[in-house]
Amino acid sequence: MTDLQVPRSGRAVAWDRRRASLAGAWRGLGNDRLALLGFIVLLLFTLMAFAAPLLSDKSSLSAANTGDNPVWSPPSWEFLFGTDHLGHSVAAQFLWGSRISLFVGLMATLLQVGIGSLVGLTAGFFGGWVDAVLMRITDWFLVIPFLPLAIVLAAVLQRGLWTIILVIGVTSWPSTARLLRAQVLTVRQRLYVDRARSLGAGRIHVMRRHVLPNVTPLILASTTLAVPISILTETTLSFLGLGDPTATSWGGMLNAAKDNSAISGGRWWAYMPPGLGIVFVVLAVTLFGRALEEILDPRLRER
Amino acid sequence: MRLRFVIMKVAGALSTLAFVVVFNFFLFRIVNENTVESMFRGRNLSASQIARLERQFNLDGSKWEQFTAYVGQLLHGNLGVSMKDFRPVATVVGEALWPTILLVGTSTLLAMTGIFLGFRAGWRRRSRYDVGVTTFSMFTYSMPDAWLSMVFLGLFASGLGLFPTGGLEDSGSNLTGLSQFLDQAHHMSLPAMVLAIAYIGEYTIVARSAMIDTLREDYLQLARAKGLTDSNVRRKHAQPNARLPVVSLSALNFGFVLSGAIVVETIFSWPGLGQLTRNAATGPDFPVLQGLFLLFSASLIFANLVADLLYGRIDPRVNGR
Amino acid sequence: MSVLELQDLCVTYRTDGGPVPAVRGVNLTMNAGETVGLAGESGCGKSTIASAVLRLLPKSTKVSGKVLLDGEDVYAMNPGRLRAVRWTSAAIVFQGALQSLNPVRRVGQQIEEAILLHSTQTPATARVRVGELLERVGLPAARAERYPHELSGGQRQRVLIALALSCEPKLLIADEPTTALDVMVQAQVLALLEELQREHGLSLLFITHDLSVLTHTCQRLAVMYAGRIVEEGGSKEVFADPQHPYSRALAAAFPTIGDPLSRMNPQGLAGDPPDPSALPSGCPFAPRCAVAVAECSTLDVTLRHAGPGRSAACVHVDGPDV
Repeated sequence: MTDLQVPRSGRAVAWDRRRASLAGAWRGLGNDRLALLGFIVLLLFTLMAFAAPLLSDKSSLSAANTGDNPVWSPPSWEFLFGTDHLGHSVAAQFLWGSRISLFVGLMATLLQVGIGSLVGLTAGFFGGWVDAVLMRITDWFLVIPFLPLAIVLAAVLQRGLWTIILVIGVTSWPSTARLLRAQVLTVRQRLYVDRARSLGAGRIHVMRRHVLPNVTPLILASTTLAVPISILTETTLSFLGLGDPTATSWGGMLNAAKDNSAISGGRWWAYMPPGLGIVFVVLAVTLFGRALEEILDPRLRER
Repeated sequence: MRLRFVIMKVAGALSTLAFVVVFNFFLFRIVNENTVESMFRGRNLSASQIARLERQFNLDGSKWEQFTAYVGQLLHGNLGVSMKDFRPVATVVGEALWPTILLVGTSTLLAMTGIFLGFRAGWRRRSRYDVGVTTFSMFTYSMPDAWLSMVFLGLFASGLGLFPTGGLEDSGSNLTGLSQFLDQAHHMSLPAMVLAIAYIGEYTIVARSAMIDTLREDYLQLARAKGLTDSNVRRKHAQPNARLPVVSLSALNFGFVLSGAIVVETIFSWPGLGQLTRNAATGPDFPVLQGLFLLFSASLIFANLVADLLYGRIDPRVNGR
Repeated sequence: MSVLELQDLCVTYRTDGGPVPAVRGVNLTMNAGETVGLAGESGCGKSTIASAVLRLLPKSTKVSGKVLLDGEDVYAMNPGRLRAVRWTSAAIVFQGALQSLNPVRRVGQQIEEAILLHSTQTPATARVRVGELLERVGLPAARAERYPHELSGGQRQRVLIALALSCEPKLLIADEPTTALDVMVQAQVLALLEELQREHGLSLLFITHDLSVLTHTCQRLAVMYAGRIVEEGGSKEVFADPQHPYSRALAAAFPTIGDPLSRMNPQGLAGDPPDPSALPSGCPFAPRCAVAVAECSTLDVTLRHAGPGRSAACVHVDGPDV
């Protein structure tokens, strides 16, 4: 004889489901060893960036304080990554540079995803001419060659960190916008949204209860995947001399190395550390982001 | 139905091009330093000289007058005059065009081998081959071109001396024919390899994803049930479907060919559009920048158009048929 | 010799969550010209059997027992023999959903491929044969030039039937062929299948969850639940007088096409099918059974004789074990 199940409140059921899916996500992430590795590496770099003031004195980077340091000395116990053309410790630059690279990478991503989400969600949700206009604008932005635009903008605005952040954010948002718009359209097409509307639910309700939960994971996943691109882009911009002259990021270190004949002089320690730093941070975020995407992306889950 | 599809796409491309022309024009008018005074700072110019220069650089008159003059010049193929040496921008850009096409075109073709790697990796997911290919792609994708170029230069050129450190050909040489070809190829090897490595990851990853998406499809089950061998199922049924997003991507990437090598060209002193952009940016040489900008955008628009039309041809579900 | 014989077939999928036993000891014999229906809810293992017959299961799946096609063990064949046997000894008619046909190939070419694979015909003669096949299933030969998305659901189903017949197999396995179609088209497709089966003397294994469909098309009926056959017998008898409580519920759930009374009074079955990776002890149907007794949750009942040519796996059935 089957017994009747005591009806539970809708909210309780929803909470259980949410908790279960979060637990599932966590477990899934833990299972993926590479993702875990990526997360750990990322954590280490972040800690290192925060700990820079403790590990090295910023004043050691200023031009004045290098009098006694040997110029272009290879890695040694005293200077773990050697010194550059002015005698500054490369290791110190590496530490301080990590802060810039990570900061700019993160901020630019947030800006880009922010704009992209706003545009994508608005276009997808309102449809009609709003959608058409926004999508036209998005397509136009996609066609503008990113790097030349960045170069021009950086020439126009004052050189600085926020300029770079602005430039990356303003040029990279179209792909996020497109992605989110597509997802909103998919969700809207689903029957249950229409049913909710026919039951009298207002647009805001539909937005909150149905669209957002299906879109938020995608935004999260897009963010983690956009960070590597932002970091690489910042590297390129700094390398081209468009970065903040007072705050040297890893890209800036590469630029300095090139300009001061580190390559031809065989002074690999001037460009290997920052380069490898970028590679590992980007790799870590990518690994972690892909695992996250596999778990969070509702499109992948549906199949 | 097909004709309507083509017309719509072409119209879209043209409207985007129109936008770009307008945007381009106004972008370079915002730049404060785009005035005769700042361009020729430190040189005493008479009023008539200033007026003449302003006319030459299309900086006289109201914004509207400048704009119509600009469009008029464009339609005649006139991109203005370089601030650096007063040569026509079209000429300056034209000289740099071929080296870039050569370099980036070659690299892209090399990088496209990643598509086959990706297909096979996606077909045998989680196999050792797949893990190897995916790891390799992720690594190369994470490398900034600037750094990779420097490593290659430092290792193979300066270090081992196997390759020249830059340029299109040995300076002062007047080789022709095969020797010139070989010399250029020798100079191109390192930058081409760097770009190929930089691009291959994307092709591999996209092809792999496309193949994995295709794997879920039921018609593969049917193909297998019919008695086809595994590789035939892959080649005749999976790949034709997995190809679709890859073709889109490839076509789009061709649009980036012209603007894609700024960093690499700079490091390897390759006399292409990338280096020209860099020099024009630091100059600054606004007419050249403006011309380059337009060229890059136009090539992207064109590539998008080709991608759309191509996709309409190969996927029968799209209205292109 | 039997056309198809399943001897104690067990199929266990290997998943991230552990092994999932989809089929747990199925015995089935089909002779030439016989029509057998396999009924059950989704997840009971019936589609797995279809895939198992032609060895189409994923490599990681564990299969034990025997699958004999024309007396040959499918799982003992080498790959070359297997590929030759596929489609020529037995063919599957899948659901005609858009995903069953390759969307970027014309439908005619997809049938042609099968013909060319298993015969020595030239593309030209194969194309003629494709036209004949299409006309036999009620489609104009010109439809061969269409792409799958250009056809209606019913048309796609007919294409799949034509495809299945293309290499003149002895056994046709129809896996939910009418499920995605509306009732009118369903009737047409069923009629077509019956006609073709009679004409070619095919053996037909018809897999579906709709019991009422099977009574017209099939001589025998086997009801599956949780990976096992829980009732077997002549289709009309089983439908009219089901011996297993699950068959009873299934029969009541589907109104007979054309019978006004049953249309007005469908009775669904409460609860969900059991999770194959977490089956309850004893009879898997016990939690949902209206007539379960204490014994049912401890005794794992197997098929018992329940009359001439009939068997059912229920404690309430008095006969000896099969």
